[in-house]
Amino acid sequence: MLVIQGLTRRFGAATAVDNLSLEIPRGAFVGVIGRSGAGKSTLLRMINRLQDPSEGQILWQGQDITTLRGAELLAWRARCAMVFQQFNLSPRLDVLTNVLVGRLHHVPTWRALLRMWPQADRAIALSALEQFGMGTLAAQAAGQLSGGQQQRVALARALVQEPEIILADEPVASLDPRNAEMVMQALADINQRYGITVLCNLHSLDLARRYCTRLVGLAHGRLVFDDVPAALTDAVAQSLYGIEARDVMDSPPPALPDGFAAAVA
Amino acid sequence: MSQALPLLPAAQLAPLLAAYARSRRAVFWRGLLVAACLVAGSLASGWMAEVDLGKFGKHIGGFFSYFDRLTRLEGGGGRVWTDPGEWFWGLRPWLVQLGDTVLMAYAGTLFGALGGFCLAVLGAANLVQNQPLRWGAKRLAEFCRTVPDLVFALLFVIAFGLGPLPGVMALAIHSLGALGKQNSELVENIDMKPVEGAIAAGASWVAMVRFAVLPQILPGFLSYSLLRFEINVRGAAVLGFVGAGGIGQDLIEAVRKFYYNDVAALLVLIILTVVVIDTLTGLLRRRLLEAR
Repeated sequence: MLVIQGLTRRFGAATAVDNLSLEIPRGAFVGVIGRSGAGKSTLLRMINRLQDPSEGQILWQGQDITTLRGAELLAWRARCAMVFQQFNLSPRLDVLTNVLVGRLHHVPTWRALLRMWPQADRAIALSALEQFGMGTLAAQAAGQLSGGQQQRVALARALVQEPEIILADEPVASLDPRNAEMVMQALADINQRYGITVLCNLHSLDLARRYCTRLVGLAHGRLVFDDVPAALTDAVAQSLYGIEARDVMDSPPPALPDGFAAAVA
Repeated sequence: MSQALPLLPAAQLAPLLAAYARSRRAVFWRGLLVAACLVAGSLASGWMAEVDLGKFGKHIGGFFSYFDRLTRLEGGGGRVWTDPGEWFWGLRPWLVQLGDTVLMAYAGTLFGALGGFCLAVLGAANLVQNQPLRWGAKRLAEFCRTVPDLVFALLFVIAFGLGPLPGVMALAIHSLGALGKQNSELVENIDMKPVEGAIAAGASWVAMVRFAVLPQILPGFLSYSLLRFEINVRGAAVLGFVGAGGIGQDLIEAVRKFYYNDVAALLVLIILTVVVIDTLTGLLRRRLLEAR
């Protein structure tokens, strides 16, 4: 279980995450929603410890992960995989090596540095790639693939870490609708088949409603919504997103006010 | 993770692994070839330059005994640092010469940076359509940086006489070439969207450079210029060897006339100055890079 208590992160005068408390049971598929700048990314990055909290605690299975240092911190990061909006692959390395980066914690450093990956780890990485239909692209440079393919490589990298939780930070925001669907489906499969907890930042409410079993809404770094997707009525979405609400709900734009239309005409 | 990762059946996995190994093999042999070339190259250069470890071992003692002499007071007695007043007898004129050296580097960097910026923009393929102009700008920068500043200084001393002027000119020309090259790489890697934005709004070429290119490259440009200033302070210290002004004139005189203690004092002053300037520009550069 992931327990967050009084988590706060300040950047200078601005507060990105403000006294946030949350409990997420193992195996859940939780969507984090809210407008840009609401603190969604900062929250995920603090859980992986890419950023340190200003105050508060994050506990995983009762272990405080905000105080981890050195080897323990590296081990925690291997257990909590991260998927990024811009994929964050090494574009000049081939696809299989990018996936093997997810095995770094399981392989002796000298073997990895000499690229003498154990056969077992190669097999794991290649199997994960093939699971997403990418086995034949293993030798290609990652930077030459399309966005959707790169995100699937990133998912394979996350999966071979054998994580207990996957943090996905706007994983489909840079993808076209078809690839977005494919990546969300892959995340849902991983969640169901292996029981890996998934915490996923999403901008699109439509995707969030369809894939997540629970939604958490942030505004100005504070928790303002925490319920099943069905409870997210249009009125709640309106209060979460304000004027952005129409974009994220995929409803047709309203007619322009008369005065404005007249002025444009 | 409650369940182990599934592996593909061997029949399916083997061909995929083999295909990957096949395409990796070419990369491996290419890497091995590069490594072999590097080793061969270093052996050949060692042979050409007559690198002889035996000779190095035999004469290394001479190197240390020179430093021994440098730091022994010439009037007899102990080490130079036991009598700093005697050691730094010429501190006042030396500091004036050091100031000259830093000013030469400053002026040379300033003119070089301005010229280098112009050459960088004129030589950038993404901003200038006129191919001969681009070619000219690139070749000029190339010429300016391939000729060492010491050679330029030697030529200018013959033309303009002794003093700091030929030194400043030599540093400016060399900096112009080096900064022209470094900045052109900055310019060619800019984001073209603001450029299109400015052009679409009817901006002239010069206005486009000012409002769409300069803001993007300014931190990098200033950072490279500061680095060049650092290099020029070190360069200016030896320009005096050929009569182009600064502390180098005193240093070469002391070396030639075997004024051991003066050599030591001047070296200490030069090293201290370079350390101070490196530290200050390093701090500034870090600030600039953070702003980027």
